[in-house]
Amino acid sequence: MSNGVGLWPVEFDITAYKVVFNNHLMVRSLWFTILLTVVFVGLTMGMTVMTAYPLARKDLKGRNIILLYIIFTMYFSGGMIPGYLNIKELGLLNSFWSLVLPGLISTYNMILMKTFFSSLPEELEESARIDGAGEFTILVRIILPLSKAMLATIALFYAVSRWNGFSDSVLYINDSRMYTLQLRLRQIVALNQSDEMINDTPEAKASLIPETVKAACLVFSMLPILVIYPWLQKYFVKGVMIGSVKG
Amino acid sequence: MSDSADKRYNASQRKVYSRRSKTLLYFSGHWQFYLMLVPPIIYYAVFHYKPMTGLVIAFKDYNMFKGTWASPWSGLTTFRYIFKNPDFYRAIKNTLVLNVLNLILGFPMPILLALFLNELKTGVIKKITQTILYLPHFISWVIIGGMAYQIFSMTTGIVNNALNAVFGITVPFLTNPGWWVFTYFIISVWHSIGWSAIIYMSAITSIDQEIYEAAKVDGSTRFHTMFFITLPNIKNTIVIMLILQVGTMATIGFEQPLSLQNSAVMSTADVISTFVYRVGTQNAKYSVATGVGMFQSIINFILVVGTNTISNRLTGQGIW
Repeated sequence: MSNGVGLWPVEFDITAYKVVFNNHLMVRSLWFTILLTVVFVGLTMGMTVMTAYPLARKDLKGRNIILLYIIFTMYFSGGMIPGYLNIKELGLLNSFWSLVLPGLISTYNMILMKTFFSSLPEELEESARIDGAGEFTILVRIILPLSKAMLATIALFYAVSRWNGFSDSVLYINDSRMYTLQLRLRQIVALNQSDEMINDTPEAKASLIPETVKAACLVFSMLPILVIYPWLQKYFVKGVMIGSVKG
Repeated sequence: MSDSADKRYNASQRKVYSRRSKTLLYFSGHWQFYLMLVPPIIYYAVFHYKPMTGLVIAFKDYNMFKGTWASPWSGLTTFRYIFKNPDFYRAIKNTLVLNVLNLILGFPMPILLALFLNELKTGVIKKITQTILYLPHFISWVIIGGMAYQIFSMTTGIVNNALNAVFGITVPFLTNPGWWVFTYFIISVWHSIGWSAIIYMSAITSIDQEIYEAAKVDGSTRFHTMFFITLPNIKNTIVIMLILQVGTMATIGFEQPLSLQNSAVMSTADVISTFVYRVGTQNAKYSVATGVGMFQSIINFILVVGTNTISNRLTGQGIW
């Protein structure tokens, strides 16, 4: 072996994890990202349902024009810099909302949901409509309870994209109090800030090399996904299956 | 007024009236749908269409303090600058090289994987295999980048330590421009192979089981069945996926190359998206970066529309 680092771990040691959990910036980013993901999923789901439900109705006048208006944005966009300047002009730079509002609807997820809604039998709504229920009531009381599995799938897609995404925070966030976990991780891993972390925990100074701390940070931020993913895998797969049917 | 003319007048009035009342009836039943669509329409206007109008700064000498509209027009100066810039051609070349590699070598991989996974009959093993294969899709590029630098490190990485122990060599996987392309490709395949296989597996499950029974009776071997029965039966899905991938030839997302590149390999690792990011945010050349992005958007749009038209002609299926 070249310099004493072997293929297999020599001994089990959790000092590096102590460093990560002791680091208040890392823990702060964790809480910030959790809050961000919860708010993001709540709002995106609301907006996606509100878009997909009306557009799933074949008899809606102007439906094709609205669909064209929406789908066009999947294939043409202003790109990175006009998007950045837009956020800047709206006064959203360095704000929580710059990480929420630009992604309120994923057109792809919306179309998945629309495809699902249009596969539900119409008779369900008809009887409620005869009873005089409004469309909002029908949506909340009848359609959504029937769509739980689909809603879970789409919510997971949104949650994972928010948890893992960092291109927007790279562009819009300078204030280190609003670093997401991924952005913080990028500072540590790519821009080599792990030495400062080691210095924060006195007992770790002697024994740790930056590489170990980096690895601990990677595991730390992968943990939530590793824990929930195996249980929810079937929902993710369902999303892809629905997507493969042309709607 | 004559009698018949009077009748005609009445009939046309009735028609107008009934059309109007139909419209009224329609809206009294449907206004809530339109109300629901108001926030999404505003969202798309503010966060998608408004940035498109921002493309005009490619034709302006953008001044941060004056804003988009007050900045002076500069005609095609920006594009003249872009087309003279060697880094622009380098970014295009790198984007194409990585994408073509991914199309030729990467595209068949999930198909093969789906064929083999289909042969795994036992529930538990198949399930565990699938779980492990789909997982990389859910790991962020920051983490993958970080892991890659640890695993492929020249001094402490597990791969180079193994190579060193067995063959006495070390390979600059992420620090040599040529090797970087190789490593990028391997990581891309690892990241997407399982997830991309799902669509082929769902196509396989819809194949008529009687064909397989007939093949069995005729004494077809497993490999023969895989390549001469399963594969031809998912041909349509393969064609569509192939066409869709050709449509993305001009694009590489921002997060993957940014997480894997470093200053030593920019000659092969700088793609259009990272080039735009660097020019735009780090050098603050907003007009140039917008121009490059616009060039990419247009090429991309032409490719997507073109490939979709071809797909519709050939297979009767497309994205729209």
